[in-house]
Amino acid sequence: MTVRAGAVASSAISKPVTAISIRNVSKTYGDGRSAVTALEEVSFEVAKGEFACLLGASGCGKSTLLNLIAGIYRIDQGSIDTGENRIGLMFQESALFPWLTVRKNIEMAMRFQGTEKTARIERVDELLALVQLEAFGEKRPHELSGGMQQRVSLARALAQDADILLMDEPFAALDAMTRDILHDEFEQIWARSGMTVLFVTHNVREAVRLGDRVVLLSSRPGKVAAEIPTNLERPRNIDAPEVGRLTAEITDRLRQEVRRHVGD
Amino acid sequence: MSATSPSRLDEDIRGLDALETPRLEEPSLARRAWSMTWPMLTAFGLFVVVWQLVVWSGWKPKFVLPPPADVFAHLGEMFSTPRFWNAVTNTIGRAAIGFAVAILIGTALGLVVSQSRVMRRAIGSGLSGLQSMPSIAWFPLAILLFGLTETAILFVVVLGAAPSIANGLIGGVDTTPPILLRAGKVLGAKGWSSWRHVVLPAAMPGYVAGIKQGWAFAWRSLMAGELLVIIAAQPSLGVFLHQARELADAEEVVATMIVIFVIGVVVDLVIFSNLERRLRRNRGLLTTT
Repeated sequence: MTVRAGAVASSAISKPVTAISIRNVSKTYGDGRSAVTALEEVSFEVAKGEFACLLGASGCGKSTLLNLIAGIYRIDQGSIDTGENRIGLMFQESALFPWLTVRKNIEMAMRFQGTEKTARIERVDELLALVQLEAFGEKRPHELSGGMQQRVSLARALAQDADILLMDEPFAALDAMTRDILHDEFEQIWARSGMTVLFVTHNVREAVRLGDRVVLLSSRPGKVAAEIPTNLERPRNIDAPEVGRLTAEITDRLRQEVRRHVGD
Repeated sequence: MSATSPSRLDEDIRGLDALETPRLEEPSLARRAWSMTWPMLTAFGLFVVVWQLVVWSGWKPKFVLPPPADVFAHLGEMFSTPRFWNAVTNTIGRAAIGFAVAILIGTALGLVVSQSRVMRRAIGSGLSGLQSMPSIAWFPLAILLFGLTETAILFVVVLGAAPSIANGLIGGVDTTPPILLRAGKVLGAKGWSSWRHVVLPAAMPGYVAGIKQGWAFAWRSLMAGELLVIIAAQPSLGVFLHQARELADAEEVVATMIVIFVIGVVVDLVIFSNLERRLRRNRGLLTTT
């Protein structure tokens, strides 16, 4: 999938190992004096199979960027190339359809793709087992806890057979214990799937816990401030000292970025 | 420092799930039915007591305001006449046809208006206006257009109910959470499939509320119609009411009113309230049963 702004046509050919290539992307909301630049000249790449975390304080346009990649918003300037990759998206809220059972929710994408019924049922069984919710297929979303809902949401995104999974603070609304457990679980699922993940968060420790690389965005306007490889062995533990050390370093960088806005 | 082993992780997850899944037990049908009926029966009993007290107070003579016992005895007699059941069948038949047509038209209107900005500007506020128009005001025109016929009655029933149904649907569509639209889009819903699988199901509670309200309007309009448009050799509840008043038969007036009230309530409770309850329960919108 290639999304390009009309003005700047990119002729660059993406390397085969690149899953997402973002070049000079800018996005402005509103116009005239009230215009707000959410993103300015953002460029970075995510390799195939990589787990990249997009980290930033409020107002850095992280969610905007995800929506641009997913093709939900239109790009004003620059280009985003995701090749032939299929894209799945997970939100902070589970965004499950409340009128459907867990099963039917997971099935949704396959219905839209016109997958046959028996194949759908089989795939849903697989996915329910993957997120350990076999016993909850016939429940409605509201009967599940927040963490379980997010797992259904993950299964629903995985049902699209996405090569790229975009995640918009998917664990931000969960309690700390559930979040830690889901980190472990999701790391396993990702490692087995070979998916490319772009994970948006404002939680530095979470970014370090999960990411192969942390892309730090500055705020107002959002720009890439730094790209920090984590180089930590997997599976990781969120309480490990090396995770803590890197978290402290990146938090410092992030605070510097925030301090620039004193008196804005 | 080692990470959590996979089997331990599995157990952690299942343990957490067990803790976080509320154990809700649905009360049995008999229990639920009883918990719904006893307040109703009590209220009815109180109503009868107050009615009897007013009669005893001698405020009005008995032939104008009959006591409950006489009215219920009269009701029993009515039940044994075929003419009464004929009337009930006629009236309910009209209600069913009129309401069905109203649902069709209201739904079509609602779909068109909620989808098109131009149509919304053109007739959106008109629909709300129609909803507040007393249906009895339509009858002079209806009678001029269709004469003293069944069609005149149905015309007004449809006009009474359709705007509520359309407005309910429009309201439901308008309050579709944007996050669900985005989720649908990400999952590949486009155009009609987005409507069919995301917008319409999301609009269901509003739509059903509109239909429920539409029924109330339809039933009211029908009663007004049957009182005004008397068709020969076609007994109906309206005809019963009309004739009883002409003959100053207060017992029959009140007995017929009770029948009208009960049919309205029963249809609402058995069909629409039930439907609404089920919808809300499925979506976790029901806090108390």
